[in-house]
Amino acid sequence: MFEALSDQLNDTFARLRSKGRLSETDVDAALREVRIALLEADVNVSVVKSMLARVKERAVGAEVMKSLTPAQQLIKIVHEELIVTLGEDEAPLARPAAPPLVILIAGLQGSGKTTTAAKLARHLKSKGRRPMLVAADLQRPAAIDQLEKLGVRIGVPVYTDRGVKAPKLVKGALKAARSDSLNVVIIDTAGRLQIDEDLMKELAAVHKAADPDEVLLVLDAMTGQEAVNVANGFLDYIDLTGLILTKLDGDARGGAAISAREVTGRPIKFVGVGEGIDDLDAFYPERMASRILGMGDVLSLIEKAETVYDEQEAELAAAKMRDASFDLEDFLDQFQQIKKMGPLQQLVGMLPGAGTALRDVEIDDRRLGRVEAIIRSMTQTERRDPKLLNGSRKRRIASGSGTRPQDVNILLKQFAEMQKMMKDIAGGKSPIPGLSLPAMGRNQKR
Amino acid sequence: MDLILILIAVAAVAIVAGVVVLVVWGRGRDGTSRDGAAPVAQAPPDLKEKLSRTRTAIGSRLGSLMGSGRLDDSFWDDLEETLIAADVGVTTAAAVTEETRSRRPQDGAAARAALEVALVGAMSDEDRSLRLIGNPAVVLVVGVNGTGKTTSIAKLAARMRADQRRVILAAADTFRAAADDQLRVWADRVGVEVVTGESGSDPAAVAYETYQRAAAEGYDTVIVDTAGRLQSKSNLMDELGKVARVLRREAGEIGEVLLVLDGTTGQNSIGQARSFAEAVGVTGIVMTKLDGTARGGIAVAVEHDLGIPVKFIGVGEGVDDLIPFDPTEFVEALLEP
Repeated sequence: MFEALSDQLNDTFARLRSKGRLSETDVDAALREVRIALLEADVNVSVVKSMLARVKERAVGAEVMKSLTPAQQLIKIVHEELIVTLGEDEAPLARPAAPPLVILIAGLQGSGKTTTAAKLARHLKSKGRRPMLVAADLQRPAAIDQLEKLGVRIGVPVYTDRGVKAPKLVKGALKAARSDSLNVVIIDTAGRLQIDEDLMKELAAVHKAADPDEVLLVLDAMTGQEAVNVANGFLDYIDLTGLILTKLDGDARGGAAISAREVTGRPIKFVGVGEGIDDLDAFYPERMASRILGMGDVLSLIEKAETVYDEQEAELAAAKMRDASFDLEDFLDQFQQIKKMGPLQQLVGMLPGAGTALRDVEIDDRRLGRVEAIIRSMTQTERRDPKLLNGSRKRRIASGSGTRPQDVNILLKQFAEMQKMMKDIAGGKSPIPGLSLPAMGRNQKR
Repeated sequence: MDLILILIAVAAVAIVAGVVVLVVWGRGRDGTSRDGAAPVAQAPPDLKEKLSRTRTAIGSRLGSLMGSGRLDDSFWDDLEETLIAADVGVTTAAAVTEETRSRRPQDGAAARAALEVALVGAMSDEDRSLRLIGNPAVVLVVGVNGTGKTTSIAKLAARMRADQRRVILAAADTFRAAADDQLRVWADRVGVEVVTGESGSDPAAVAYETYQRAAAEGYDTVIVDTAGRLQSKSNLMDELGKVARVLRREAGEIGEVLLVLDGTTGQNSIGQARSFAEAVGVTGIVMTKLDGTARGGIAVAVEHDLGIPVKFIGVGEGVDDLIPFDPTEFVEALLEP
């Protein structure tokens, strides 16, 4: 089930050998590997310690399920513990007795507050609410302009007042929202360091003036060990009700999510997954746990696949793979689809099995362009039957694609191996041992 | 239906997996040669003061550690953990700890000295002065979203102006709403010119236009601001590549390609540095937001792993709060009790 870690763990367990139950020695040895994985994912050192203590308590003496190896059993426990730590359920926004719902957005500089505020407004508007954005970032040059432009783009009114201080501005905004009968007020505040006393006091004053129903801390998913200090620092001045994790469309493992969640005890309510104004998602603890452990994210992969493939196409391709009639022409086809799904590195990262093997290989979509160029330099007949390719044809293809004949050879050889691999996959031999299909759909809420 | 999609998804990426092997070929980009370095004036060494919070965080932990006296296994484990807690990263922390240990210090003070040597030794020995070559000289500033590119550029421009350089800025972030306004406000504040383009227009065109104007009107330095982009987005990295190509075509060489890294970012910084280096050939790093409690240990990791020198660090919101990076001073500040 959990490939990335279990490779290392299997080695550890092979040396230590225990049967039936997990002994303390086994668990200790294995948890050293888990610790490294978590630290590399930027989970805070002290959070790792307390988490592993909980895991150890559960793991020592635990019975190893028949279907799992000891390593898998342990990772299952770690994974479950991560999910519990991340919060099991989707956390909805507060529903105040009387409108408007007031949401205060806070965070460090550059965490993505302004963009997130606009995305949230758009999200709520699409649900039939009537939001107002409040530009209360009076620090960063042009922050107000940014929010105003975003407001125009999504058709949401933006309230600001360049002549007053933030708390007064917020009071004015609430009054305006009530008289315009807008039922959501989203307040974008200036970015600030949690140790900047003056600015934190100002935030506390804004908080007091706004009397918000939701106080959301925006946290960059790439944040390192610092996440704990940031979360604690903000908690010292204002009572947070939730977290929003941004820039999850990057390749950061996102251990900061664990750190911040553990320290604040507040749920992660949304995640930012792109630069587009619609790129705001609900938070799925199970996916995040898998991501942190480097186990891939098959669910997201399937989701992406669903957006580009239709059922018939998919079945046709699968049939071709089964009887090994999948040729370079089909490959080119698939390749176009994959490109639509996003950067390859990201896709591979979502694959549990491949993720381990390929984790250290940097995949650059541009280099893939060369592969594509080679295949495109073949005629359709050649793509259907690569055996036709003799020396002179290969030279032609190489010069047509700006590569060397040996590159063409490598490609053909790799493709032959790939065909075998695909036959296995399509024939039901999953290359990902332990991947249980029914379980995968379980937590999918769409 | 679900099953078939899973098969396709897996098979699709299986194809990819095979292709990846092919893709590994053709690596290697030659490093840029260094000559004609034009050092920028050194700021007063107020680093220790600026980093005081950093210092307290790691320093106090180290202080009690070093004071404990017995240099046993748990001492070394604790030391390694302290480094990891400063974002040095698991691998680099292990290497630095090992290096420190191999010097066989006999007490806490000796261990601290050995650690300093090991940390400084883990960093790059490349030249850290700003390389302003060509007339006009070109500085391209890149990074992921929200690291502080625009603010760093303003501070950099202020430094250069103080050095009597004639600076013009290119607002080539045509993506983020009001990014050009932000740069313009800064430009007015520090008193330099700025060239902007239409929102959504081609950033390479803005860079080109700025260079042309600089050459025609006698500016000696062009600083190009670019939109933040996550390193995993290949189309955006391609776009950046185009900006760099256009500038290289016009200027012959880009003196500095500065990658701005956020000091609060963890291990992802290494991936950022690697990807941007591949896409546009990064010559130096600006590490920002080190005035918080972030320890900036990732600077050690990036230099250790990739050999790209940190040239400046950002330690505050003021225009003067961008200071040249000195590894020895940085490490001393980091470890001071």
